[in-house]
Parts: sequence; structure tokens; C-alpha cells
Amino acid sequence: MAFTPTRETYSGKVYPVTVGTGDSAITFGGENVLPFNSFEGSTPNRPLVAFEIQDVPPSDWPENVQKPFAGVSDDPVKWAKYCQDELKAKAIALRLIGTHPDRENRSPEDAVKTVKDVLAAIHIPLIILGSNHAEKDSSVLIAAAEAAKDRNCIIGKAQEANYKTIAAAAMANNHKLIAMSELDINLSKQLNILITQMGFDKERVITDPMCSALGYGLEYTYSVMERIRLAALTQNDVTMQQPMLGDVGMYVWKIKETTASEADLPQWGASEERGIAWEAETATALLVAGAELLIMRHPRAVEAVEKIIEELI
Amino acid sequence: MALSGIEIFKLLPKTNCKKCGHPTCLAFAMKLAQRQASLEACPDVSEEAKKILGEASAPPVRPVTFGTGDKAVKLGEETVLFRHDKKFVNPCAFAIEVKDTLSDDEVSNLCGQVVNSEIDRVGQKLRIDAIMITNASGDAGRLEAAAKVVAAKAPGVPVIIYTENPQAAEAAIRLFADKRPILYGADASNAEAMAAIAKNNKAILGVVANGLNELSDLTEKVKGLGVEDMVIDSGARKAKDIIANNTLIRRAATKKNFKPLGYPIINFMQRPDSLYETLLAGIGVTKYASIVVMSSIEKWKNLALFTLRQNIYTDPQVPMQVEQKIYNIGEPKPESPFMITTNFSLTYFIVSGEIENSKVPCRLAVMDCEGLSVLTAWAAGKFTATKIAQFITDSGIEKEMANKELILPGYVAILSGSIEDKLPGWKVTVGPREANALPAFLKTRN
Repeated sequence: MAFTPTRETYSGKVYPVTVGTGDSAITFGGENVLPFNSFEGSTPNRPLVAFEIQDVPPSDWPENVQKPFAGVSDDPVKWAKYCQDELKAKAIALRLIGTHPDRENRSPEDAVKTVKDVLAAIHIPLIILGSNHAEKDSSVLIAAAEAAKDRNCIIGKAQEANYKTIAAAAMANNHKLIAMSELDINLSKQLNILITQMGFDKERVITDPMCSALGYGLEYTYSVMERIRLAALTQNDVTMQQPMLGDVGMYVWKIKETTASEADLPQWGASEERGIAWEAETATALLVAGAELLIMRHPRAVEAVEKIIEELI
Repeated sequence: MALSGIEIFKLLPKTNCKKCGHPTCLAFAMKLAQRQASLEACPDVSEEAKKILGEASAPPVRPVTFGTGDKAVKLGEETVLFRHDKKFVNPCAFAIEVKDTLSDDEVSNLCGQVVNSEIDRVGQKLRIDAIMITNASGDAGRLEAAAKVVAAKAPGVPVIIYTENPQAAEAAIRLFADKRPILYGADASNAEAMAAIAKNNKAILGVVANGLNELSDLTEKVKGLGVEDMVIDSGARKAKDIIANNTLIRRAATKKNFKPLGYPIINFMQRPDSLYETLLAGIGVTKYASIVVMSSIEKWKNLALFTLRQNIYTDPQVPMQVEQKIYNIGEPKPESPFMITTNFSLTYFIVSGEIENSKVPCRLAVMDCEGLSVLTAWAAGKFTATKIAQFITDSGIEKEMANKELILPGYVAILSGSIEDKLPGWKVTVGPREANALPAFLKTRN
């Protein structure tokens, strides 16, 4: 029997988002088909993987993902340059985790200095992330966004509790914005609407439906992403057409599977390989579900994911 | 394509005799359309209607049982493209390739790894499901010898024999004749001979073609030769082509009920780099493969892939649950904190993860609330003072504790007084609302 492939044509498409400036600027998103279904439409840009660094030494990261950055991670500038120059990172995600009140409680002024120093040292795009403390992030990210003015960074994360100040700061300083809600397509849509009602350009938003690690709710993130992407394409819903972020490293490198030693759990195999596979597998599943921007930690996990993207595009 | 209730109604006797247990033929037709009734309930239906309805009600992806006994694997039966629409039915099977160019000792060693691959995760037993013996040597005797080793060292494990050579196939498949093996390697050039062997040995036939057009022709041809159980390979080996072809196959089957592609998919993912192979196999798991073939077994790789498969094939309508009990996190002492939460697996994972991060040894009571999260379980009347008090009393945990203090999730602070009333001698402390505040909370108590 002759086979006629069922081709889908979609009415909507994902907004392309460009970050960074000059020759190092990069665009992601922009496709009008489901992830990697380029047989029936166009996928003009490949997903972007950013290396995660932070403003304080990563003493809270498991040993296996601290190791690759030994000797550089005591200083965010050295760390960023190492990622850019040695690991050939295409973007850096600087998490200002040290500003969290329960951590070092660094001030917005400290954050400004870190952001300025890192920006002076790199030419690739920068993502600036707060510590996920809604109140503190407001003050830290306002200062950080201003310090990074006109470098076309991504600022995040704006959440329901603090989106007004953070979106205003991103808007005033010409940055892109990450809007994060918690694993619910309706909350995600609502936050995008609230942000655009402030006059923020909807094509400058990146949606973070909240990441979860493989084995720890990955199926929720996976399905929320699939549903958001279907709404964008099949219903041409302009409030759901933002590219999506998978903030993978942070969620993966704290669970038991990436931290337990082989001596404790021999049936789980080599701990270093296990952690790397966990991060890379989580990232790959989210790419297939629709993520266009990934934040990751381990260089070998990033390398494997870049390779699989190459084969998928 | 599935018929609508009205289309089915037209084929029924329209006598409203009620013998099927439904008040009218129309009501029965509606139940049939929703797959909530079986046509056999109607004693008067015509043979013609049976044939039409039988074909229309068959699952769009043919169910195929691979192997026999307690290690048999069910393949196919899928009905949707996206897991949020409906649960994916039969989890993708993992097969390991064993080449017949390996020595008998090496084959035997790989069999041992497969047999010992089982791990328990959230109450499910997960393992490498099958072994594929490949005729890489091109020699029929060598294939048979390797197959003999597998039959002896991995008894009961479902087997795929991979060869394009009918003579080699016949000798090897005979060893598994009543075990429902897969004979993979039927193409346009050898279909007759391979189909005959599959038929004689009650094997499932693995068919391979170059692209979906040729594949559709081939499955029709094989079906015409009397073999109905097949697994299909579109020839795609590159990640991009695997996603494209698997998607088009699943779409043709589920949206158009296109029978020539309504079979379980087998994908070959073997790569020299084991990490890379893990990611490629993961793409198969997410995108419609029923069997993925890999080249190596490592414990870390199995754990990652088993977990992914479990995540993707979870029923999106039924929350994952963990067992009701009191979990020790770290090595709690009599004076260590004692907390309670519900048995929604995500709640448990997040709460126990944050406790681990705090490095403060604790006891965590996980109460069966049918897999609901704290606030939902409270609203549904499953996480109430009475039930919590009962659970704590029945557990007998107070014998192990220095101070009878229970830490309650912040969201149900309202319950603290009534729990204290029902648990005489206990102190109830209200903890944080969100798990991510637990490390700070626990550290300040120390």
C-alpha cells in the first residue's frame, strides 16, 4: 500500500531570540515545527547551551562537577574565561547565588562588581541569574541589569512575586527576560501575559516552565514543555510562543543519583559517569520536549549534548 | 481510524433488545466507541459488522508479545503521540547486541551482565529486557554457536536473531522455537524465506527497508505470506532521521490507522561512545521506539535509561506514589528531627532531597494520601489530624525518639492544634511551607 506521510503545517511559530552583541551574538528559537521535525518545516537555529558559573566558589556542588573547574572556580572572572576560551562555551550563565540571604548574603553592589568584571572578561553572551529568593532578587537583579546595560544579556528569573521590578529593569537596560512559573501551563501563560501587559515586548521573553531532574519529576517538565509548544504551533497562541529554558545543572547536581558514591551504591555504577549521564540525559529529554536554551554544568555533559544537537539539526 | 458511536450504531441490529446490558443499541454503540464495552456482548450482531468493527477497534499499533514467561515483553498497543493525552502503553524494551564474532567467554560474560541488570526503582523492577545475537561473522555455524551460549547462560531472556541469511537464521532461531524470539533481517530480497522460517518457529519477524514507502510495501508482503507479528525498522540510523521516521510511523498508525506501519518500531542505537549511545537511546525512549538496541551495558547507563523510561511511561493521570513508612535520612539519633509529609513521589523526592542537602539526619514520615501533594491531600480530606495521629501512633516511632516532637509542613499549620489534642504528650512544630526552606530551618534548630 502506498504510504503518504501525514505532514503537519502549523499556524504559529516560536519567536527567535538573539542574545549578546557583535560577532558573538547568538540566536535561538525561530522554528515553526515541533522539536527537530525539520522534515516538515524550518528550524533555523540550534538550541543554545550555556555553561553555569556562580559568584561564589561552588562548594555546594558535588565533587564530581567541582573537579573540572578546580583552579578557576574561586573567581568568577577566571571561571567565565575558562569556559569561553578552553571549553569553547557559546554562552555563560552567571548565577548570583551568593546573594541569597541564607548563603553569603552578598549585596547588590557585590553583584554589580561581579557582573561588570565578568562582562569585561568575555565576549560571548551572558545570562544573569539571581539566587531564586524573590525579594532579594528584585534588588540584586535591578542593579545587575543596569551594570550590564546594552550588552543584550538575559536576566532572570522573573516570577509571579517579583516580575514587575525585574521586568522593568530588563526593559530599561535592553535585556531579555526569563519568566519562570512552577510546572503549570496556565501559570506560565498568565505570567507571560502579566509581563507583556507592562509593555515588555513578548518577543524578548524566555519561558522557564521550571526544570526537574530525570527521575525527580522530569515527566512533568517534559509534558508542560510539549503542551506549551503545541499551543504555540497549533493554536498560534502568541502568549506561548517564547523559546523555553531548561535550567538543568542546578536541578540535576543535587539529587542522590549525582551525589552518591559507588561505594555506597555499587548497583548504580561509577559515580562520575552516572552524574554526567544524568545531566546529559535530562538535557536531551528537554530538547526533545522543546527547550531551546539549556543551562548546564559538566563539560563532558555539555560536549555530549552539543554532539547530539549536531545530529538532530 | 476509530469509528464514531453513530458509525458503530449503524452496524448494530438496532433492536434495543438490552441483551448486552445497555438500555439501547445507541448507548451500547457509544460505549463501544469509548472502548468501554466489547462487541461480544451483542449476541445478534452480523458477521459483516463484526469484521468491520473488529478491524476498527484493533489498537493502531499492533500488540506483540516478545519472549515468553515472566521475562516476556509486551510491545506496541500505542494510541497517542503525546504522553499528556493518554498514558503510553508498553514501555520501550532495551536490547543489548552480542556479536557472534565474540568468543564464547565474552558472550557468556555479556549474558551474565544482562541477567544481573535488574534494579529496583520506586517499587518497579527494571532491567535490560533482551539480547540481540548478530551474525557479524557471516558464518551460520558461528551464529548458532553464539545462540547456544545465550540460550544456556541467559535462559528465559527474550532473544533477537539478526541475520539476512535464511540458512543461518533457521539454525539459530530453532533454539528458541517456542520462546517467541524476533528474527530480524527480512528485507525485500529474502522476505519469502524469512517469513517461512518465522512462521515455522513462531517467531516475530523484524523487517527492514529503506524508508517508509518500501517499509509499507514490505510489511504488506510479509503479512500476505502469513506472518502477522512484526517489528519494523525504517533504516534510519541518524538521530534526526530516527525522530522523523518514528514520528511519521506513529502518526500514520494513530491518526490515519494506516495498518502497514501499525507495528512496534525497532531502532538501532549502537555507538562507540557509551555516553552518546545513552542519549541516542533516550531519544528512542521519548520518541516512539518499542525496542532500542545498544552495544554496551554499564550500571550508570542502565540506571539513567531505566529512569527515563519510567518517567516517560508514567500515567499522567495517576500520580507516582512512594511506600507509606518512616524513612531514615542520614543516620538519625533519638533526638533527631521528625517530620511528616505525603506520599506523592515528587513531594517525597523534593523533601528528602532538601533534608539530605541540609546534612541534618532526620526521620521523615511519609503518609499514604493516594499520591497527592500536601495541600491537595489536606483539601481532599486525606491528610487530616485524625489520620496523621493514627499513622504516628501505629508506627510506634515514639519508642525510638527522645522528644516527642512532630514537624508539620507549613501549608497545614492549621492542623497543629488538633494533632496535639489527638497525640497526648506530643509537641507539634510548624515547619516551612516550601521544601527549599528546609535546610535553613533544620540548621537553625541545631
